[in-house]
Amino acid sequence: MARLTDANVSIAEEIIARYPRAKSALIPLLHLAQEQDGWVTDEAMRHIAELIGVTPAEVLGTGTFYEMFKFEPVGKYLINVCGTMSCALLGADDLMHAAEEELGIHEGGTTDDGMFTLHRAECQAACTEAPCLQVNYRFKFRATPVEVRQLISDLRSGRLDDEVPPHGTLARIRQHIPADRGVGAVDPADVTEPPAWISAASQGGAS
Amino acid sequence: MTSFPWAPGFIEGNRPQIVTSRFQYEDSFTLERYLATGGYEGLRSALARSPQDMHEEVRSSTLLGRGGAGFPAGVKWGLTPEGVYPRYLVVNGDESEPGTYKDRLLMERDPHQLIEGCLIACYAAGLSRCFLYIRGEMALAQERVAAALNDAYAAGYIGKNILGSAFSIDIVLHWGAGAYVVGEETALIESLEGNRGMPRLKPPYFPAAIGLYGQPTIVNNVETLSNLPFIATKGAAEYTAIGTESSPGTRMVAVSGHVRRPGVYEIINGTTTFRDLLYGEEFCQGIRDGNDLKAFVPGGGSAPWFLPDQLDLPFEGRLVGAAGSMLGSGAIMVMDSTTDIPSAALTLTKFYAHESCGKCVPCREGGTWLMRILDRVVEGHGTTDDLDLLLEVGESICPGDMPHAASADLQLEATPFPYKMTTICFVGPSAYVPVHSALTLFRSEFEARVAPSRSRTRIPVTAVGGDS
Repeated sequence: MARLTDANVSIAEEIIARYPRAKSALIPLLHLAQEQDGWVTDEAMRHIAELIGVTPAEVLGTGTFYEMFKFEPVGKYLINVCGTMSCALLGADDLMHAAEEELGIHEGGTTDDGMFTLHRAECQAACTEAPCLQVNYRFKFRATPVEVRQLISDLRSGRLDDEVPPHGTLARIRQHIPADRGVGAVDPADVTEPPAWISAASQGGAS
Repeated sequence: MTSFPWAPGFIEGNRPQIVTSRFQYEDSFTLERYLATGGYEGLRSALARSPQDMHEEVRSSTLLGRGGAGFPAGVKWGLTPEGVYPRYLVVNGDESEPGTYKDRLLMERDPHQLIEGCLIACYAAGLSRCFLYIRGEMALAQERVAAALNDAYAAGYIGKNILGSAFSIDIVLHWGAGAYVVGEETALIESLEGNRGMPRLKPPYFPAAIGLYGQPTIVNNVETLSNLPFIATKGAAEYTAIGTESSPGTRMVAVSGHVRRPGVYEIINGTTTFRDLLYGEEFCQGIRDGNDLKAFVPGGGSAPWFLPDQLDLPFEGRLVGAAGSMLGSGAIMVMDSTTDIPSAALTLTKFYAHESCGKCVPCREGGTWLMRILDRVVEGHGTTDDLDLLLEVGESICPGDMPHAASADLQLEATPFPYKMTTICFVGPSAYVPVHSALTLFRSEFEARVAPSRSRTRIPVTAVGGDS
């Protein structure tokens, strides 16, 4: 599978330039790779290692710590059913069973057509809207088993394509710092003085 | 008492609003709405005075950190060593404590308020770059904050020479990727450096001394920073007029579980009681289906449990601490009389066992032990020995007295917060807290579940070498 495309390499370079040290871009670049391919491939990890000047093993070592990165193909839609306390108290198991039945797979599995992967997830920060689930990190609040079946059928038919991008895509809006406005990242080793407004203030008034 | 379809979960009341004042507007996240409702006035007011003045204003507001520990923000900013630069601001938007969500709403509904708070903090504390770390699973919050940052840069509120002053700063949006422990501030810094998110050894106790890239670093929570525009605009006096002297202002509190009207409420700090929250007409309106209250978790999944005995306590850190728990991140989870207590404890212990980063042995091993033992008890395969074993494993994570609530029925006095711990961070103890609370307050439910122990020699967990 693929290294990052040229378009993604330019995005990657813009991201790297925001940090005083390139390695800080490791997690954002893993997200970028996952957005490109739907999961994180070995080739992409090698490419990221080149871009930020670390070993591929360091990329893998950091990446595998984090739940969201998948190192083998997952479905186009990753369904995460929350199973932590408030959701558990209000019927999370019923949602999981409905999803398992509708998809014909068990928790942790992926459908044969590669459309769906089903996971139990930890607290999704929507506890008053329990039980809840996320599809590719988009919420479904106060879900019922009937709604879960409907949701799966809507995803299958493509009716939710506008709302739910394929797995890997998180924010569809990227930060962009305009060249004429950005201050720029400086290596901390090159700075010893207080920032300008602090020095100015000690000489009387910041503005 | 109003809720808004665009802010699911949030319920507005007839109370002072500091951080949720714009939630009533459907377009609250846009720059236009923000500017039309007093936005960026706090930044102007900050820039009109010296950084030291602004810092002093925040110090005298006694604004307490909203991430969990409740440390005063103005004091925290002052812990940076003198003369060491550059200094950084890292915004903790990695909200993942079970039961908690307020930062997500604040980022989705009012991202400019957060951005303005970051700018005020950087100006006042001389921090020269800001990293805004948002939990990976919050796609909408990331989109809203990214759009707000782009608009604020274009309008001259972020970047070089902000509003024509000497104040220049970048705010960099950074996404997490799913790891609860990263909410711990030194783990957050590790993650931001591109590493596995494992907490750093202490001391230093605060990254204010040695943090990101080894530089002085302030880590503040999203809700904490969202309070700053109000303080900068209206002043510390108006802020401290709300709430109590030791807990001024308001707090965002999420109440979930078996209540009639679960929701996120902005409450007056220090005076609102748990009874108000659970039973009040303007809050949760009582327990569902007219059931009785069995227990509640007062401050996020890491907090020791409370009983109906504690309902009249106000939402005030010191009082709640003395009563055996903590306010933590402002999250209450309610269990009614139908709740199976061992299973409820298991969902939380599973969470913390799963989220252990693996750095400290008592947490890595102990959390998993607790989860497995509790699981077999819940499944009906446990013995009475297992109940003692749970406490014994817990003792290896939290040696000595564990905080717990008082119970009139059990004739039990409270043991105050905090606990002692053999781990670097609170994840390990948090796996034990629900087990300990449930076993201390509801032991009979466990005993009804287990078979008598067969007589056999059990090897104590803590025994090493010796005469065995």
